[in-house]
Amino acid sequence: MTATEIDRTLQRLAHEIVEKSGGTANLALIGIRRRGVPLANRIAQAMRGIDGVDVPVGTLDITLYRDDLSKVASQPVLQSSDIPFTVDDKDLVVIDDVLYTGRTVRAAMNGLFDLGRPKRVRLCVLIERGHRELPIEATFVGRAVQTSDAEIIEVRLNEVDREERVLLVERVS
Amino acid sequence: MSYRFGQMLGIEPLSADEITYLLDQSKPFQEIQRHPLKKLATLRGKTVALAFFEPSTRTRISFATAASRLGADQMNLQAESSSLKKGESLLDTVRTLDAMKPDCIVMRHACSGAADFVARNLDLPVINAGDGTHEHPSQALLDALTIRDRRGSLEGLNVTILGDILHSRVARSNIHLLSKFGCRFTLCGPAMWLPKELECLGPAGTSICRMTRISEALQDADIVITLRVQQERLHEPALAIDEYVLQYQLTPARLRLARPDALVLHPGPMVRGLEIDSAVADGPQSCVLEQVTNGLAVRMALLFLMISSADAPPEKESSHAAD
Repeated sequence: MTATEIDRTLQRLAHEIVEKSGGTANLALIGIRRRGVPLANRIAQAMRGIDGVDVPVGTLDITLYRDDLSKVASQPVLQSSDIPFTVDDKDLVVIDDVLYTGRTVRAAMNGLFDLGRPKRVRLCVLIERGHRELPIEATFVGRAVQTSDAEIIEVRLNEVDREERVLLVERVS
Repeated sequence: MSYRFGQMLGIEPLSADEITYLLDQSKPFQEIQRHPLKKLATLRGKTVALAFFEPSTRTRISFATAASRLGADQMNLQAESSSLKKGESLLDTVRTLDAMKPDCIVMRHACSGAADFVARNLDLPVINAGDGTHEHPSQALLDALTIRDRRGSLEGLNVTILGDILHSRVARSNIHLLSKFGCRFTLCGPAMWLPKELECLGPAGTSICRMTRISEALQDADIVITLRVQQERLHEPALAIDEYVLQYQLTPARLRLARPDALVLHPGPMVRGLEIDSAVADGPQSCVLEQVTNGLAVRMALLFLMISSADAPPEKESSHAAD
């Protein structure tokens, strides 16, 4: 996926979210660290173009909610979550770059419910690559890609990686 | 950048970068203290052994609460009810605890070096929660977090420590920590609690001066750390309580000698009317209750980092492998 394709996809996702939510009232976006955060900000910006309203955006670090603490990295590095609004009774859209096993999303939901009781939680991802290990599906999908377990989806965004593209690469084992 | 911490025995061997990393990693745990639900499942199934061979209330409750909020179970050993009273050696006691397979041991002991001794004899992460007059690393970290939050930085502050410096592990850990950030120290108290050897703490070149007059010691202070006066150490003819209050109590009038934005810290338990006046303890410059809340965050970070790095594999997987 090129930079233009990513941008077009995010514009479309923003329209879809606004349309299916019947407007932006009560809506809030939650980006999952790290790459869900710039995606959430860009979708919020696109929504401003559609509805002229600033949709609140929060960020969530899910490290503490993972169920595979010892398998993720040699040493987890915590980052701050920053949700500057109450999630009670909000219509939340959780945003991440890739939907794979579903474990990240499960962790994110645990994190959100520690903060309050949202009215509704939906999921929006840039890439859906299959291979779920939990009964979790995205409401809004940028692009669905057939992958094998040996492949890795690499989402690279300007804000984090200083380049803009999505790649499907073989895992080096 | 990230670091591994196999043990947390003292501040002295840590670098300024490692300390900064520990303080940064405590920030997300500060947020959790503000959540309506404060309990995580991160360390579910892990066990923290709390071995307090010396009476302690606040540090023990703080570590126990930190472990609970991370979802870990606890084993509790307290001096008053322990087999120490029955003559068991320290090594036998901790080996017995170790045989029940905790994932980390938090210990306090009246002897300096006790935590180090246990760490050398057990294959288990050990957190020193105070050993004799040596170190109390989690206290120094929570003080540093409190200061950094209020001041924005730890660099180059003038730190005045009041009270019984000689017997204080809190003072030593604080000097070790803050000296790595170029802070200058003034130690103040009765001469019998200010041995010359204290000037050798901290890396070479650290400015540490000793003063017996509080009015001089508070000049230009950015941070005032008031230590608890152990009343059992105050006795005539050396020094009467009345005399100590007269000469060394931190009063509003004396605090005005420090910088106008100076912060007042106290490791607790605080004795109002002895080492500190109520008006100072409850005043806007006092950080006493923030210290307690930050203590939880720092201790959650320590438990999380030490237990998660103890069973982590050496190599790093790709960020999306586990998605």
